Amino acid sequence: MKDISELQFPETVRYAADHEWARPDGDSVVIGITDYAQDQLGDIVYVELPKIGETLAPGEVFGTVESVKAVSELFMPIGGEVIAINSALMDSPDQVNADPYHDGWMIRIVPAQISDMDLLMDQAAYITMLKG
Amino acid sequence: MSDKLGTTGLILNEPLVWERGKPGRTGFSMPSEDVPFSPLAEELVRNDLDWPDLSEVDVVRHYTRLSTWNVSVDAGMYPLGSCTMKYNPKTNERQAGLVGLSDAHPLLPAPLCQGALKLMANLEADLAEITGMNAVSLQPAAGAHGELAGMLIIHACLEHRGERRSKIIIPDTAHGTNPASAALCGYRPVPVKSGPNGILSPDAVKAVMDRDTAGIMITNPNTLGLFEENIREISEIVHFMGGLVYADGANFNAVMGVVNMGCAGVDVMHLNLHKTFSTPHGGGGPGSGPVCVQKHLEPFLPVPRIVMQNGAYGLSRDFPLSIGRLVTFYGHFSVMVRAFSYIRSLGPEGLARASQLAVLNANYIRERLKAFYHLAYDRPCMHECVFSDKKQQAHKISTLDIAKRLMDYGYHPPTIYFPLVVPGALMIEPTETESRDEIDQFVDALIAIAKEAEENPDLLHDAPKTPKMRRLNEVEAARKPCLAG
Amino acid sequence: MRYFPHTPEEIDQMLQVIGLTRLEDLFAGIPTTCQKTRAMNLTAAWSEWELNDLMDAVSDSMAVPPAYTAFLGAGRYHHHIPAVVTALKGRTEFLTSYTPYQPEISQGTLQAIYEYQTLVSRLVGVDVVTASHYDGATAMAEAALMSVRITQRTRIAASALIHPFYLQVLKTYLKPTGYQLIEIPRDASGRTDPAGLSDVSGLAAVIVQSPNFLGCIEPVSAFSDVIHHAGGLCISGFTEALSCGLLKSPGSQGADIVFGEGQSFGLPCAFGGPGLGMLGTSKAYMRNLPGRLVGKTHDLDGNSGFVLTLATREQHIRREKATSNICSNNSHCALTAAIYMAALGGTGIRKLAEINHSKAAYLKSALKQAGMTLPFDAPFFNEFVVRFPDGFDRVYDRLIDQRIIAGLALEPFYPELKSHYLLTVTETMNRKSMDALVREVSA
Repeated sequence: MKDISELQFPETVRYAADHEWARPDGDSVVIGITDYAQDQLGDIVYVELPKIGETLAPGEVFGTVESVKAVSELFMPIGGEVIAINSALMDSPDQVNADPYHDGWMIRIVPAQISDMDLLMDQAAYITMLKG
Repeated sequence: MSDKLGTTGLILNEPLVWERGKPGRTGFSMPSEDVPFSPLAEELVRNDLDWPDLSEVDVVRHYTRLSTWNVSVDAGMYPLGSCTMKYNPKTNERQAGLVGLSDAHPLLPAPLCQGALKLMANLEADLAEITGMNAVSLQPAAGAHGELAGMLIIHACLEHRGERRSKIIIPDTAHGTNPASAALCGYRPVPVKSGPNGILSPDAVKAVMDRDTAGIMITNPNTLGLFEENIREISEIVHFMGGLVYADGANFNAVMGVVNMGCAGVDVMHLNLHKTFSTPHGGGGPGSGPVCVQKHLEPFLPVPRIVMQNGAYGLSRDFPLSIGRLVTFYGHFSVMVRAFSYIRSLGPEGLARASQLAVLNANYIRERLKAFYHLAYDRPCMHECVFSDKKQQAHKISTLDIAKRLMDYGYHPPTIYFPLVVPGALMIEPTETESRDEIDQFVDALIAIAKEAEENPDLLHDAPKTPKMRRLNEVEAARKPCLAG
Repeated sequence: MRYFPHTPEEIDQMLQVIGLTRLEDLFAGIPTTCQKTRAMNLTAAWSEWELNDLMDAVSDSMAVPPAYTAFLGAGRYHHHIPAVVTALKGRTEFLTSYTPYQPEISQGTLQAIYEYQTLVSRLVGVDVVTASHYDGATAMAEAALMSVRITQRTRIAASALIHPFYLQVLKTYLKPTGYQLIEIPRDASGRTDPAGLSDVSGLAAVIVQSPNFLGCIEPVSAFSDVIHHAGGLCISGFTEALSCGLLKSPGSQGADIVFGEGQSFGLPCAFGGPGLGMLGTSKAYMRNLPGRLVGKTHDLDGNSGFVLTLATREQHIRREKATSNICSNNSHCALTAAIYMAALGGTGIRKLAEINHSKAAYLKSALKQAGMTLPFDAPFFNEFVVRFPDGFDRVYDRLIDQRIIAGLALEPFYPELKSHYLLTVTETMNRKSMDALVREVSA
């Protein structure tokens, strides 16, 4: 596992305590897991994502991510309706390891309340939390 | 001669079985055809089965070569914690292979199978005496199946009382199968942390036990190799709230002749015949997981049960409160024959001696290794002891590296990364059938590895080098599953 | 005791290292209230000589072939077991090893189980087969629970002609779940009645066994068509694995999940156990499978090898959310079956299955000629039902005195089938024995 200083935490996304990120993109929000989360899990071998059209509340489970010997649940950083999923992850879950903020994105939602984004951490707050 | 046990012999490569075949060969002697051929309608019949054809010699070479790629108890010490890899006596195999036992059809009319029924009845009685419980069913096919039987019994007992409870207490030192077995009965596991001494405190149980909790599943001795000393008080707390106590007896090899589970307050428990009672593990099974109960739970045992009627043994389903049937017939009979053979070969003194020596061996290893590896709980243990990689982490060496390096020294590694309460756990169970010499050699190997970790860590990172295969890529296997050829 | 290598001196020395004086001191931490107050009251130890004599006597008391001619099947079958199977399965590298969690030193078991998974998946016509389950009945129960997980529906329909013991096991597993089980009745031909499946909407699965408990071959496709239309799954299986060597596979008839009993493949009857639970499905549902799976991969040097894989489904990782609680399976039975399948081969299994059917057909027609009633006219494999004259039970007992077991009485399973018997014929039965049975029952 890497040191926190070796990991990437872009300023363009917001962070949740469960290590998901959310990035506004037009009317929708893109969601994935952070560089820290993928590093903790190690080689990701499988990602399970929700069905398009599902509406999920903040904190609700939207999927799971698996390494060889662990399963982690994925929690909604903000609530909303799922309008797209990154189906490329079915065949290439390693994209989450290689590029967690872009090719490794997981779902796109229409947020129930875009203002909920303000409840998430910014880069500095998230790094502070990680350093504990 | 090198003093290291591990070495290499002439290991032969071998392709997949279908790569060996040639159409037209056969490894099977067909019976003579003494009746006319009777065809089935064309639409019922298949023509698509793609199996290879091999000669008998092909088959012998193939499986003999594969067998040489395995390590086994017969070849050497196999100190897997919580698995009780003791020696599997050869006489047990002889008895299980007797034609009257191995070829007996399970639907024989009762007068034609009295011998098998009597053997099962005797084994049930012996297991009740060994555990201190009142009644036994041999039906469960393995340990986890015994747990399921126990949970179904608890569920049925509570239902009979008109109660439906939703939770079950499971300590962090229980076996991993426990939560999954409880979930099959709809129980939500309530985790409880063990205390700083590695055992469960009555207060921790008191804090979560309520009238919506069906009871507790407690592994005793637990997966840290420690006896749950407070079991009686814990049982009283659970009983006071109308709950039941389930004991996972997978580690019973530590306490034969010593502990009476009934006196400890246990209502229902299971044993693993493939651990404590010396039947072979067969590369993962078949096992046998008899479920043992106190008198008040006897009506709920699985059916059919062996009964005595008019001086003869029979099978009866006439137990209206029973949880029902758990397997097609009566359980893994030939595993039972082996366990019966073991119990009769040892007798009561021998069984008690087995536990004494198992505990002696584990404590001896604990004492000899504790200067070299971090001991998770520094107190006398039962049949197994749990170390961790804490001291080796400074050299960037993990438990996995230590385990893989042990292979080069000629040993099957201990259980690793379990129990979860000890990060980087290395769980060693020698069993009673290892001699002091064998154990000393094993301990010396682990001490040598601890030294290598400091001086030449790459030896561990690159291990194993002696076996036929080097470390295998589990990520590749899971990302692109290839489960059939 | 010959299994304990310790000399008294070694015990003393080891105790000294620990800092104790007596073996009993090792148990000082166990509260006396939990301890036994007396020695165990068990039979005193027997020598190997005594054990052999006593076990020989138990064995000799049992009614087994060839001394007895048994027309018994119904889930356990007397098939010939080649000596090569017995010899190879007895290799202790296979027998006395543990679950292959350490793949570098367990490649023998892993490759053999991978080959087993492959041969059985080709046999039953699905993509993926697990490393084994306890037996056919528990495999069927797991299949039913799997269908509930996949469809998120809680009603299951099962044929009334599934082995009655399998249905009993299914009921045991379903009892605490509250899931509903509906039985589909049989028709006059001895098969499950598709018309009995009137309300398929909302069903998680339909379960059929073929050949069924009466020996009749079921129209599995008819059931898979109906249930697929309703968005449910078709679960199909067998108690006699040898039938798959001749009959269309369950997978090719639309089964989504296949269960079965593999005892016929080189395993002795062993008074009912251990058997071999077979369970398989398509790639789409493989992550819902319970139990172990072996997969192919490579080692650091790029050589191909095998590991246990997709373990995140299992109890030791996913705990209460696992696809099952199964841990130990019947791996050695799967290995045995693999050796048997390799020895029999693709050509051999077809031939052996044909011999089984031909022999059963011979006995069936001989009984008909002798005036017995054959109540079901559906096609069959190696088991069929005959209705003997009323009062046949006395003849049955008389035949036992002559060491002939004239099949299995069906009345205890289906009260309306009075005097009906299920007769089973395998390749181990010869014409002389069958002629003798016909002679006796028509005398």
